[in-house]
Amino acid sequence: MNPTPTVAEDPSRLAEFEARIAADGTIEPKDWMPARYRSQLIRMMSQHAHSEVVGMLPEGNWITRAPSLRRKMILLAKVQDEGGHGLYIYCGTETLGVDRQELVQQLLDGKAKYSSIFNYPTLSWADMGAIGWLVDGAAIVNQTMLAKASYGPYARAMVRICKEENFHKRQGYEIMATLANGTPAQKAMAQESLNRWWWPSLMMFGPHDKDSSNSDELMRWGIKRKSNDELRQRFINLTIAQVKAINLTVPDPDLRYNEATGDWETGPIDWDEFWRVVKGNGPCNKERLAARRAAHAGGAWVREAALAHAEKQQ
Amino acid sequence: MSTPHPALFEALLRLGDDRLVLGHRTSEWCGHAPILEEDIALANLALDLIGQANLLLEYAGAVEGAGRDQDALAYFREAIEFRNALMCELPKGDYAVTIARHFLHGVFSVLQWDALSSSTDATIAGIAAKALKESRYHVRHAGEWMIRLGDGTDESHRRAQDAVNLLWPFTGELFMPCSDDAELAAAGVTADVSSFEAKWRETIDDVMLRATLTVPEGAWMQRGGREGRHTEHLGHMLAEMQIVARSHPGAQW
Repeated sequence: MNPTPTVAEDPSRLAEFEARIAADGTIEPKDWMPARYRSQLIRMMSQHAHSEVVGMLPEGNWITRAPSLRRKMILLAKVQDEGGHGLYIYCGTETLGVDRQELVQQLLDGKAKYSSIFNYPTLSWADMGAIGWLVDGAAIVNQTMLAKASYGPYARAMVRICKEENFHKRQGYEIMATLANGTPAQKAMAQESLNRWWWPSLMMFGPHDKDSSNSDELMRWGIKRKSNDELRQRFINLTIAQVKAINLTVPDPDLRYNEATGDWETGPIDWDEFWRVVKGNGPCNKERLAARRAAHAGGAWVREAALAHAEKQQ
Repeated sequence: MSTPHPALFEALLRLGDDRLVLGHRTSEWCGHAPILEEDIALANLALDLIGQANLLLEYAGAVEGAGRDQDALAYFREAIEFRNALMCELPKGDYAVTIARHFLHGVFSVLQWDALSSSTDATIAGIAAKALKESRYHVRHAGEWMIRLGDGTDESHRRAQDAVNLLWPFTGELFMPCSDDAELAAAGVTADVSSFEAKWRETIDDVMLRATLTVPEGAWMQRGGREGRHTEHLGHMLAEMQIVARSHPGAQW
């Protein structure tokens, strides 16, 4: 990834930049920005784009087995949207002076991160429900906040993407609700899937605020507007009501409602698992990267052909 | 449709199964395409084709009059009951096979939908009008890639030619009329597939020339799909496609 610049920024420009952000101003590609702001954005936006692209794999795994034509079409449309989001965010990242090829290479080299949630396997049809509902649901909570980010191209991308993510979440919840109201086997499938995806989806918001190394700077520069824990709590409160509405339960014996704060409080999150997956030892890290590498290597001759043909036309 | 109509049912299965099976094969690329733009394009193609199949099989179920909907037809028929052309069920192969198949079948589809958009059956005419727009885009996409691959690098040229050679023996079946279709075609409900061949060949020749590829000559034309005699590949494809639905008979999704 981009190294942390060691150059000192011009204090007056930095002050002007920070004042603009404090006044809720938007930063555009041609505006002056601290090198560190640029590198943090490149890191976040490219991770986001990579997540969309890698995220096509776990759901792509069930397109060929979707149990009705309607569900198959919805899932195809959803995975297609994710590819579109990836493309859109890569283009947004290019406004910061990096090119997509460079970013993709970082992913293929294992140097760039993507959302750890996609390192979990999809084991039943109900996982298509759980991913849409919980994973896209968590992403919406995060992205609604990012739609107010200080960097204009990212904020605008998030506004558009959030609209589609809302459709993704609805279709996921609809799958779960249908299963939960279906045959005993379907209901068991839904519950088992929720059991597997609940904790990893809470981990999607990242470490607790006190353990989050990037957060302070991201908040000061308006890239993030809310902390990991605030966002996670918002997601939990929203989701518990939805879990109850379809008569499923979350796998947390310590879950309790705090009357004073109005929050649902969960038991402890297993951060050892979180870091294990982030560091590459989740159930599917190697498979996901191998699939991306295979697609890239297997498609090299196609890209070369397109280039060669384009050159012949000049 | 008040009375069951076996010949029309069969004609709709031929139309719908081609799109369902080809759409399925296309969807296998999802997340694994050569570039992100093509991941998006192929997902879109698969979505169009399965969408067409959905409408055609829904209508087939209504015409059959036995209470089967599109999902019953897609998920609870055996391979021998499928009526797709063999070309559609062949494994997805490399990107050249995928593109060449979309091109060869897509040009046929455009001619077929164009003719069917003036079907005397209003439901067929409506589906055809929608599908025609989609298929025109599919042909444009596949045709452009045929030229890029054929007239790209040595490797892409070789792969594109191999793909055409592989698929060519399966093109003849597209234009072989089925005996139960003559009456429907005469009444303007369906269209005689053999009438498309000359125009199809004209478009193919034009693009193949621009792609610097050679049209194979004198190949034996395979057939069987329209009568339910398939390749060994279809059974495996359906095993995957139907597993969840068949594991939970009667369930709603």
